[in-house]
Amino acid sequence: MCGIAGLFLKDPRLEADLGTMLAGMLSPLSDRGPDSAGFAVYGAETPGHLKFTLRITPAFDLDRLLKSLRERLGAPITHRSHGTHVVFSVPADQASLARQALAAFDDVAVVGSGRRMEIFKEVGLPDDVSRQFGLQSMSGTHAIGHTRMATESAVTTNGAHPFTTGDDQCLVHNGSLSNHHAVRRELIKKGLSFQTDNDTEVAAGFITARLNDGGSLQQAMEACLDSLDGFYTFVIGTEGGFGVLRDPIACKPAVVAETDRLVAFGTEYRALVDLPGIESAKVWEPAPATVYRWELH
Amino acid sequence: MLTVDLAHGSVRELNTALHRLAADSNETHWRVLNPRGQHSIAVGLEQPVLVEIEGHVGYYCAGMNKLATVVVDGNAGQGVAENMMSGKVWVKGDASQAAGATGRGGLLVIDGNASARCGISMKGIDIVVKGSVGHLSAFMAQAGNLVVLQDAGEALGDSIYEAHLYVRGKVHSLGADCVEKPLEDEHKSELRRLLDAAGINGSVDVGEFRRYGSARKLYHFHVENVGQY
Amino acid sequence: MTSQDRWIHTPPRKSATFDDASIAEIRRAATTGIYDIRGGGAKRKLPHFDDLLFLGASISRYPLEGYREKCATDVTVGTRFAKTPIKLKIPITIAGMSFGSLSAQAKEALGRGASAVGTSTTTGDGGMTPEERQHSSILIYQVLPSRYGMNPDDLRKADAIEVVVGQGAKPGGGGMLLGQKISKRVAEMRVLPEGIDQRSACRHPDWTGPDDLEIKIQELREITDWMKPIYVKVGASRPYYDTMLAVKSGADAVVLDGMQGGTAATQEVFIEHVGIPTLAAIPPAVAALQELGQHRKVQLIVSGGLRNGADVAKALALGADAVSIGTAALIALGDNDPHLENEYRALGTTAGAYDDWHEGRDPAGITTQDPELAARLDPVIAGHKLANYLSVLTLEAQTIARACGKSHVHNLEPEDLVALTVEAAAMARVPLAGTNWIPGRSGNE
Repeated sequence: MCGIAGLFLKDPRLEADLGTMLAGMLSPLSDRGPDSAGFAVYGAETPGHLKFTLRITPAFDLDRLLKSLRERLGAPITHRSHGTHVVFSVPADQASLARQALAAFDDVAVVGSGRRMEIFKEVGLPDDVSRQFGLQSMSGTHAIGHTRMATESAVTTNGAHPFTTGDDQCLVHNGSLSNHHAVRRELIKKGLSFQTDNDTEVAAGFITARLNDGGSLQQAMEACLDSLDGFYTFVIGTEGGFGVLRDPIACKPAVVAETDRLVAFGTEYRALVDLPGIESAKVWEPAPATVYRWELH
Repeated sequence: MLTVDLAHGSVRELNTALHRLAADSNETHWRVLNPRGQHSIAVGLEQPVLVEIEGHVGYYCAGMNKLATVVVDGNAGQGVAENMMSGKVWVKGDASQAAGATGRGGLLVIDGNASARCGISMKGIDIVVKGSVGHLSAFMAQAGNLVVLQDAGEALGDSIYEAHLYVRGKVHSLGADCVEKPLEDEHKSELRRLLDAAGINGSVDVGEFRRYGSARKLYHFHVENVGQY
Repeated sequence: MTSQDRWIHTPPRKSATFDDASIAEIRRAATTGIYDIRGGGAKRKLPHFDDLLFLGASISRYPLEGYREKCATDVTVGTRFAKTPIKLKIPITIAGMSFGSLSAQAKEALGRGASAVGTSTTTGDGGMTPEERQHSSILIYQVLPSRYGMNPDDLRKADAIEVVVGQGAKPGGGGMLLGQKISKRVAEMRVLPEGIDQRSACRHPDWTGPDDLEIKIQELREITDWMKPIYVKVGASRPYYDTMLAVKSGADAVVLDGMQGGTAATQEVFIEHVGIPTLAAIPPAVAALQELGQHRKVQLIVSGGLRNGADVAKALALGADAVSIGTAALIALGDNDPHLENEYRALGTTAGAYDDWHEGRDPAGITTQDPELAARLDPVIAGHKLANYLSVLTLEAQTIARACGKSHVHNLEPEDLVALTVEAAAMARVPLAGTNWIPGRSGNE
């Protein structure tokens, strides 16, 4: 149970403020999600490169990792530190080499990867988490975020959302799936692997499996309606934008605000209250069992 | 008139002040600024005061209202006027889910659209929605009237008891045991009264509405009806 | 038969799977086309408090003398947020039971009995009656999915508020009251047509999930100016998570009802096959409270099949702050009394087995709306019996606590207990008697 948010900017002049706006959306959702928080920001891309977001322990020897990567890939690696997370970028054709290098290290987890997506998530109050990662200074075209009240799985960093199971793809969820164990077993047979007992990770995996099979995001989201049981509102981040889906019963809340300059989604209107132009925005609720997508292309 | 700015004071302080009003108080007109989507604004009121809220409110605005008139000049979150006993709540924008839930009396008017489950489990409240209502509206509606000037979503009046439903636009689908019923003169008078109370003048023709209510087949279990459950 | 015949026929042998009860039920279902409905809680044998024993004092521990050396029994509920928490003289309360499922006289008797010993009663799925408020010195007001009778005046008249997510007999189910008990008065209170079968919601109408429950609890606090404790009641199912979430939603107290907890009416299969035993529910709930640092700060009230002072003491030893009784309270009032045996026989049952409370024909006048039957229960006499019973429960719990060297029943702890069976040891998380083995945990944990 949680708060979720999504922000898609139509006006490029707002991109520098993306992080500040998202932080402002997550803050009021802290009441309904005090355990942990996380967000995915879709920012600048280096053409031909892939970004990795890693989570490391305080004692982790980052220099040793960077040295190993430099040796494997044959070139220096630039990186950025954000609290417990590190973002670095490698040429896309060397991505598998980078993954191999990472696999040799124990206390590092790959939180996400993609051309544009960076994911940050941690245990703690949303305001603290935003500050820790410097969300306020991040920029990009779109972002999704989450504040968590854990229901049936532990409060750990791994259990925080967003979950990602593919490049540039991630998912946040408000609700409770009732058949996720069975779906997880099916996805494992298809070759996906899972780190947690969390129902949201299963939803993320389900979407990724459909996209891997060649389906579109639209089709993947529609497939959720047949295969996933329970109560859910999903916000799905992709390289081009984000999507929203509510289950057919639609008990979990959902609000969208749209202006000429942006589209925003929040679990409660309170999350949208400080966005530019909100006073004259079109504010409405997504219909149940209906796929909504806002994409750059 | 008293003005309370929620940018500088808490919802709790506002509610406490409203609860403290004596029956003969002169402080009968309140204006509330900067609600900014906060929850439980003006809940549990018991005096016939007027509270005008400028902006969008969160959940349960005017919950369990008695005698007061609460006006929301904006949108309302989940459960506006839930379990209202009497008085009037007027939402000038849209209302989220469960508007008027379990309401037992009074009048709830929504100028825009109401979302899913409008009038769920209603027990005597009158609700007039000038826009459309979402799915499962009037679910288990026991008593009272729901008037919808535009459309109704799926499963209208599912498992309905004795509430009266009037819809002028399209009904997506009817719920279990909810059927269309003839619109007689008595119903037209009732509709006229409700529309007038909602400030809708004679420009709306009551004859354009269709009436829906309980088929009463679920009042006692019969195995033949098992498909409805 | 001849000596040769003896070898031809095998003796008749019944099936343990298709036993008499199962066969009779299949036959009944085939005849009527409707599921079996009854009242009460799970009747089959389950791991329960009987499978636990106390380790009384001997050489390593010293007992307290009776009477002179006090063993206190008071408990305060709602210390977390409420301005006026509930102060109970004994750690035993009366569970929520509706006017509608019970007669007005029965509700009055419960109020009289509870008030005489300084404890609380609870309303049920129908709302608060004036008699109940008048006769209960401490009254908890339930907020249920149905919201029958809900109104802000009663909310303000109550001493505490209990948001009911579910109950032990049917976690995931809603209230049920059949037409025979929807009398004129009950119908008016619930705004239903007289004599119909009530269909009830299983989810609350205006919130779903702990994140929205938090907002709902805030609303109830705002309406009552933050005066009253707010309890959250759940049927025992996933007690660890449910307790965590109740605390995170802002509850002042958690009420946990095991599968032996009774109901006025629901499907037999729901009662017997959904939800977990009370014994199994308590340790996970306590663990959740301890992990959150809220044990004894958010009070835990346990119900579901409590019968005597030993059960009370065991629930407290496992970490509960108080217990609640329903079925036992009705028996104390006179439910299933053998002196009515002829009438039970006429109903096709026998004293001790009568559970068709939904039919509203209770000879004891308790689970009925029939005026003649209800008049059989004298609320003053019945209230006195309940007070007696509550006093005995308290004295028994004190006796046990003193024998374990405790000056307050709350000082009972899990280490005062051992188990007789492997199941009970694993569920209660206490060792098998005479060993230090807790199944599922290594020896030193």
